[in-house]
Amino acid sequence: MARYDRAITVFSPDGHLFQVEYALEAVRKGNAAVGVRGADTVVLAVEKKSTPKLQDSRSARKIVSLDNHIALACAGLKADARVLINKARIECQSHRLTLEDPVTVEYITRYIAGLQQKYTQSGGVRPFGLSTLIVGFDPYSRLPSLYQTDPSGTFSAWKANATGRNSNSIREFLEKNYKESSGQETIKLAIRALLEVVESGGKNIEVAVMTREETGLRQLEEAEIDAIVAEIEAEKAAAEAAKKGPPKET
Amino acid sequence: MKLDTSGLETTMPVIGFGSNSEMLDGFSSVPSFDLPRTTDFDGFQKKAVEMVKPAKGTTTLAFIFKEGVMVAADSRASMGGYISSQSVKKIIEINPYMLGTMAGGAADCQFWHRNLGIKCRLHELANKRRISVSGASKLLANMLYSYRGMGLSVGTMIAGWDETGPGLYYVDNEGGRLKGDRFSVGSGSPYAYGVLDSGYKFDMSVEEASELARRSIYHATFRDGASGGVASVYHVGPQGWKKLSGDDVGELHYHYYPVTPVTAEHVMEEAAE
Repeated sequence: MARYDRAITVFSPDGHLFQVEYALEAVRKGNAAVGVRGADTVVLAVEKKSTPKLQDSRSARKIVSLDNHIALACAGLKADARVLINKARIECQSHRLTLEDPVTVEYITRYIAGLQQKYTQSGGVRPFGLSTLIVGFDPYSRLPSLYQTDPSGTFSAWKANATGRNSNSIREFLEKNYKESSGQETIKLAIRALLEVVESGGKNIEVAVMTREETGLRQLEEAEIDAIVAEIEAEKAAAEAAKKGPPKET
Repeated sequence: MKLDTSGLETTMPVIGFGSNSEMLDGFSSVPSFDLPRTTDFDGFQKKAVEMVKPAKGTTTLAFIFKEGVMVAADSRASMGGYISSQSVKKIIEINPYMLGTMAGGAADCQFWHRNLGIKCRLHELANKRRISVSGASKLLANMLYSYRGMGLSVGTMIAGWDETGPGLYYVDNEGGRLKGDRFSVGSGSPYAYGVLDSGYKFDMSVEEASELARRSIYHATFRDGASGGVASVYHVGPQGWKKLSGDDVGELHYHYYPVTPVTAEHVMEEAAE
């Protein structure tokens, strides 16, 4: 198998593209990221590994906007992410210029996925080592969307999804607990899902929200996140107590 | 008509790179191209284009009103003083909800509208939604801009109905693109504008608007020699376009100005004397 991972233009005998699979490994080592789509709100929440004291946290934002109505979070190689994000931002403006309309979420996802695929079928390059979660509202229809892309260049739409470290457990949690929600409920669901694998606390999570009415991405303050986390903890404790409560009588 | 080629004649030796190279003995000549021999170099290109540019002998118009977009055109094609056809389709159906009008070179307009139709369909297939009128007109304008100065002659209006409602854009071979409510293009446009502007109200019904469009085209064909044939009127609504009427302008004349019969006795008396 060692012979088939040097140049990614080569298939292995059993039909694998090893470089793409290795890229997926890099994603699995990246920080956890969760995205949830509500009726009028979309939320991205990303695990924040402990920030060094001297680092300016604002320069290390993990959730970025591609345009007024589209935001992106990713898991994997951050340097690769920068390149992809810059290209996507240019494409968003180029679309506005030639078509006189903002991009739809599906269009820009298709563009990013197309870029990722191109790098799996070219000579001398390696695939981008990241999976992205893209959220936003389409122009005019204002329908919310959540999409995920991966290093192979495939993409699909989701109601809720996770990528990066421990994404399987987060996805299991989401499958069990997802229900149609809106506003604050959507934000809570995203944070609850992320807390399954991340240490509790506002300084370990970065959350950003986009709503149908407001333009732009809103990054939640640490204090706000702490407040929601506290709410979630309280709910959890109450649920535990309710479970343990009545049968105690002997 | 004798073409005025004075702009291309030599009036004095050219001052520039090209012809000096033979004076530099033994030196390799600088790569150069022939400059036109004229005193007015800046005006030269404009004059050359004017010489070959066919006049846009036609009348087309389009306007937005309460119920959508009304598009109308004549159907005469002329080559100088010769009427080559009275039955040219000047309203081109780009797709079921977008129309383009033809003014200028017939081949250019037909080809580029068809090309635009292809691009619009590809956009629909890729993006699972129809292209907007502003997007379609921008695609055409960018395409024409890239052929700027190469002698294309296109003066078209793109009319359609999209997510944002009715849309009307004027696009020409210079690569210009204008959004507007009322346009008329062609040699008969001044006459059409006169009738259109004085009769226009936003709150018209489809019947009133189609009558206004038909009347405007008729008056333009009456006074402009390069316009004539059949006045076609189309309406673009939320469900797409529909052809409303196609009336011969000769017949329309008598419809607007019926001939009152003169009694025969007078004529006979004059002939007898």
